[in-house]
Amino acid sequence: MPNPSGIGIKSFGAYVPPRRFSRKLIAEANRWAFPSPKSSPKGERSVCAWDEDVITMAVEAGRDCLRDADRDAVRGLTVASTSAPYADLSGAAIVAAALRLPRAARSREMSGSTRAGLSALIDSCAMAGAGDQLIVASEQRIAKPGSAQELQYGCAAAALLIGQGEDLVARFLGSETVSQPFFDHFRQSGSDFDYQWEDRWIRDEGVLKFVPETLAILSKRLGFEASEIAYFGHCGGSRGADALVARRLGIEPERVLPNLQDRVGDTGAAHPLLMLASALERAKPGDKIVIVSFAHGCEIVVFEKGDISGSGTRRGVEQSIANRIEETAYLKLLSFDRQVDLDWGMRAEVDNKTALTQLYRTADQSLGFVGGRCSACEAVQFPSLPTCVNCGAADTQRPYPLADEPAQIATFTADWLQYSPAPPLYMGLIQFDCGARILMEIVDVGPTGIDVGTPLKASFRIKERDRLRGFARYFWKASPAIAG
Amino acid sequence: MATGIKDKVAILGMGCSKFGERWDTGSDALMLEAFTEALGDAGIEKSEIGAAWFGSALDRINVGNSAIPLSTALRLEGIPVTRVENMCATGTEALRGAAYAVAAGVVDIALAIGVEKLKDTGYGGLPVMTKGTFNDLWMPYGSAPAGFAQLAAGYRARYGISKDDLKRSIGRVSWKSHQNGAKNPKAHLRKAVDMDTILNAPMIAEPLGVFDCCGVSDGAACAIVTTPEIARALGKHELVTIKAIQLSASAGREQGTGEWDGSYVQNTRNAAKAAYSEAGIKNPRRELSALEVHDCFSITELVTMEDLGVSEDGNAWRDVLDGVFDADGEIPCQIDGGLKCFGHPVGASGLRMVYEHYLQLNGRAGARQLKAPKLGLSHNLGGVPYNGVCAISIVGAEGA
Repeated sequence: MPNPSGIGIKSFGAYVPPRRFSRKLIAEANRWAFPSPKSSPKGERSVCAWDEDVITMAVEAGRDCLRDADRDAVRGLTVASTSAPYADLSGAAIVAAALRLPRAARSREMSGSTRAGLSALIDSCAMAGAGDQLIVASEQRIAKPGSAQELQYGCAAAALLIGQGEDLVARFLGSETVSQPFFDHFRQSGSDFDYQWEDRWIRDEGVLKFVPETLAILSKRLGFEASEIAYFGHCGGSRGADALVARRLGIEPERVLPNLQDRVGDTGAAHPLLMLASALERAKPGDKIVIVSFAHGCEIVVFEKGDISGSGTRRGVEQSIANRIEETAYLKLLSFDRQVDLDWGMRAEVDNKTALTQLYRTADQSLGFVGGRCSACEAVQFPSLPTCVNCGAADTQRPYPLADEPAQIATFTADWLQYSPAPPLYMGLIQFDCGARILMEIVDVGPTGIDVGTPLKASFRIKERDRLRGFARYFWKASPAIAG
Repeated sequence: MATGIKDKVAILGMGCSKFGERWDTGSDALMLEAFTEALGDAGIEKSEIGAAWFGSALDRINVGNSAIPLSTALRLEGIPVTRVENMCATGTEALRGAAYAVAAGVVDIALAIGVEKLKDTGYGGLPVMTKGTFNDLWMPYGSAPAGFAQLAAGYRARYGISKDDLKRSIGRVSWKSHQNGAKNPKAHLRKAVDMDTILNAPMIAEPLGVFDCCGVSDGAACAIVTTPEIARALGKHELVTIKAIQLSASAGREQGTGEWDGSYVQNTRNAAKAAYSEAGIKNPRRELSALEVHDCFSITELVTMEDLGVSEDGNAWRDVLDGVFDADGEIPCQIDGGLKCFGHPVGASGLRMVYEHYLQLNGRAGARQLKAPKLGLSHNLGGVPYNGVCAISIVGAEGA
């Protein structure tokens, strides 16, 4: 597509779930069955906790992107993923509610291929004339135990705010797409796992042919040479394909963006946006950034870094990666991914049926984490009920968003009795600086632990799963306020 | 101007089933066991009972809702029967209903009975409960010990007490109750345990270990009440009368504002103040002979000593270690073993506490008999410290 002037990235954000499994640990757990590879696989991959999925990660990346942005100006939201939890329930509608986007903002999903992330970006650039577009690509990649993908895949989300204006983080220069019935992997609807073809074929017949072909069309149209590319990021295809294709294109290794394979893993549809965000964290004004998404052909975008960098409080890619909790039990990975069903005992048998009528009535509270401030006594509170918790006045509650309010622990415990898929369940009374006091679950407690006074931030999570009906309740939990 | 309940209602008779894992006994039989004892003690016919209040908290694993399970179990034909439920304060609620009916003069003799059958769940601890369609959307599930463990974090933070010191003090709470429970033939847990066992037990909700948690038991307890005049006319002397019954329920302040620091239970303070006023008690530590408090968890008993005004704020943990609440201490607490060892069949517990005071006041407490008790206080907490109910009743010798 052409390169309309003044359209580009106004802000960006990222979320990598903090849990990491070393590939060595995964390989060791399966070595009884698969003695090769002889050398231990390197690096680590990110994994969703039991209470994270495409929707929760999309919310977290979206929040990061919208930190200092005008969310009321957002006219569209696209959530791109191949691993969305629902076949027919708009995850984007949940994300929009959690991000408190305007009701009139159009929300939609894009799926069908790991190309969905970059495709959504290209579409959004085309639509940016109609107002700001938020795109979030989010992927929870689950692989069969013992497979190569189990080592290779990761989980993450990245978000971009696309709009029109003079002050941009990066200007959209253009894009090109080549579509081919080249199926390096596939996953049937309803299946849990990808089916993968041979690496060497993917590399030689796919990546090394489609990427140069597509880039040639694009660079010719836009009038730039490969030597002008400051950052080149390649996603998809076989492992190591990025370095190989860069060499073929004459792009020096130092201009090839780190593919995050060593610290996150391949995050599918999210990866191109994650790589783009990573490039934006490194680039200086005027740098040309090329991002390639190889899947069923190839799609390429070119951006030019603008003069502004966006929010100074952004977590971004590097800080997300730095915020890590190392996991050491392989069975926990399988349990979090629901590949083994541990016997959690009768306490896990509680019926978590959600009243959808109730959910809708109070969606601003449970999804948006909007409490109330009493117009009579100014007390901020959650939940927001018909009468004020402090002064008792009726009908005085005014909406008060709490998701970004700083908080700390007032009281807490680690509950080993209550069923939790990740025991112990930390819960306690959380005191917000604005005065609100809320009983909340506390998650992502690292090895340093928590105590009264530990600073916390809110994280959008799955509260409970209704395993009988296949429905998840989402709400906000508190997590230690480290690294964004 | 309200004059309160003091000395307007006498206890005519009481009964209490054996508490414990009553695998072979259903709720109806437990109720009959407590009722038969109470009826014999009262020395009346069943037909003389004019109205009944039935307390059961967890109807899904018990006998179901409404008053019918009681009227059916005891075959109470043609009289008003009311079911009450206020979580762990349910038993005291039943007594309150019966006592008020007598005091109001609408019946001569009323029955209060509480029962719970907790061992039909298939697992230890209280049943897992949901919290209603809206609360389930945001409020974390947490076990009962997790709710009360918040007190430990709050108390420790407020008074700057080390984790070890607090753990030792709450351990001592349980140690004392095991000493007492061992002497009670009706108690669920009748074994003394040493401090090392208590302190090193598996963790349930930090810092509460297994021995910081009360027994989860089956059981029923029962009171038959009337006016002092009728009691005397029926040949009773040296009456035990009700001095106060008070209740306080959370309105959201502790859980929903920044006021509560987690080191006390506001509902206990509210109910205690009202109960002392109703009973005319000025100095609870000196005037009360014995305490039966809601030691669902050891930390609860510890802060309750401050909430009831028998320990100075910040000093209960030392009073506990000094043995103030031991059987031979300044003010014995849980002389029957408490929830900890007598057991905690939720709907029966409030009445079980009054039963112990009733036995003590009548000099019928056997191996655990205290010397010349005059006033006994019972204390129930339902829910959690930051969102719950408290019921306090005080009974004593008539005129005390």
